[in-house]
Amino acid sequence: MHFLTVSGPPSSGKTSVILRVIEALQAKQKKIGVVKYDCLMTEDDLSYAKKGVLVKKGLSGSQCPDHYFVSNIEACVSWGVENNCDFLISESAGLCNRCSPHIKDITAVCVIDNLSGINTPRKIGPMLKSADIVVITKGDIVSQAEREVFASRVKQVNPGAVIMNINGITGQGAFELTTLFEGASDIETLKGMRLRFSMPSALCSYCLGETRIGDEYQTGNVRKMES
Amino acid sequence: MHYHDLLLQPLKQLLADYPWLEDFFSSFGLQLQVTEQTLQQYLNQLDPDQLLDLGISQEQLQQSLHDFMAGMLALDEAAEKVESLTIIGGFDKTGSAEQLELTLKPGEVICIVGPTGSGKSRLLADIEWVAQGDTPTKRKILINGGVPDNKWRFSTEHKLVAQLSQNMNFVMDLTAEEFVRMHAESRLVPDPEEKVARILEQANQLAGEQFKPDTPVTSLSGGQSRALMIADMAILSKSPIVLIDEIENAGIDRKKALELLVKQEKIILMATHDPILALMGDKRLVIKNGGIAKIIESSDAERKNLSRLEELDNTLLALRNRIRFGETLEEL
Repeated sequence: MHFLTVSGPPSSGKTSVILRVIEALQAKQKKIGVVKYDCLMTEDDLSYAKKGVLVKKGLSGSQCPDHYFVSNIEACVSWGVENNCDFLISESAGLCNRCSPHIKDITAVCVIDNLSGINTPRKIGPMLKSADIVVITKGDIVSQAEREVFASRVKQVNPGAVIMNINGITGQGAFELTTLFEGASDIETLKGMRLRFSMPSALCSYCLGETRIGDEYQTGNVRKMES
Repeated sequence: MHYHDLLLQPLKQLLADYPWLEDFFSSFGLQLQVTEQTLQQYLNQLDPDQLLDLGISQEQLQQSLHDFMAGMLALDEAAEKVESLTIIGGFDKTGSAEQLELTLKPGEVICIVGPTGSGKSRLLADIEWVAQGDTPTKRKILINGGVPDNKWRFSTEHKLVAQLSQNMNFVMDLTAEEFVRMHAESRLVPDPEEKVARILEQANQLAGEQFKPDTPVTSLSGGQSRALMIADMAILSKSPIVLIDEIENAGIDRKKALELLVKQEKIILMATHDPILALMGDKRLVIKNGGIAKIIESSDAERKNLSRLEELDNTLLALRNRIRFGETLEEL
């Protein structure tokens, strides 16, 4: 089963891009599964179900979303294999810019949009900087020069990645992206694998539900700003 | 120079030779100092905890540096010259063969006509992807008569195609001059200041209304934006093929704009329904049902009409200017 992790800032167009790729894969009679990770709620699972693909939804609720992701992804891969999927795509938003769901030896895709601001590529951590494929969306809204400048800023922080411009609405570029999905990592299990980069840690009193503000309530792994 | 030799160079020398290294490191939140330290020594002394906070590992930073330098050094290499582009027909949506082989040369202007949804964008995408029978139309694209290197597909340094889309919005919070400078710097062109000045001057020649270098790009009119992007493309872009999705007839001298691009010895493909632009083209590809249904060569009779069309256009333009300057149109 081909397995890919797709991530990116909220509203960058992850779901639209994946839907366009799904259409191209379905045209080749491929069976596809999608795992959608989110925090509070999502209706994207309905958009996927409408396309006739297998969907699994995971809401992290009060847990750190990326910690929730890594605690569940192995079982999701088994689910995809049991259901004889040809492709399994996991979709998760990088919410703090320091998190990343990318796994070593698993094809990693980051979706980022032209409207997010010229410094955004620098502000995103391993989710963008360690991705194999970077998809830039919403290019139809800006000029050619602005697309080029934005792509060069992405290239600067991830020069090894394949960078593609995709229009999530019309699907321009989706066919080409699909050829990269077809060459994605092919696995049966995630057993023994590792994340590409460690996740931010905390484990302090606030992780356990503390709400009061003040030094006396802070225990565990606490860091202070330099004065 | 080889990457491993670069690592042994002192930072002072490296920053003088490759000033973009400083920006590369700052994009990861690191700062290079002008010292006698070698790049390797600098990398070795980076604090692993600081790197963890920045979200990058030593190994990955070195890999990125390696890839980035390879890409930047490749920008200096001359791209393979494109002498011809050949489109070998595939099939339209009904499965009928296009049965054509069309070769385009630099300096030629090819118009693409057909209703919305007829497949104009797919044709432009096939060219950009240098399709080899692997797209829904099964078209094949040859460069200089042969199957081109796969690098054209994913290269950001040597892009085969530069696309001028209909949308010319800007979202970046920069002045026209800052914006063009940033674009020039990202392309590592020699003498960026001279290029920036030329682009702004050229854009002002194309635009109906003048703008200043310190005008924010977000306040440019539609015509000014188009003029700026066409001048930018003519002067900065190294891509041998230009795809244009209509040049709207407002606030820009379309004829001059097209001539500027033709002068750069580029192959120009333009989706348009504007009669003047269409007649300025050498050929028109008529797209129907996802396929190229017909090729029309602009005839002499048509070209004779071009001057009449231009007169009509100038008359309208003069009327437009009269309205702009508060005159009335009771007499034409």
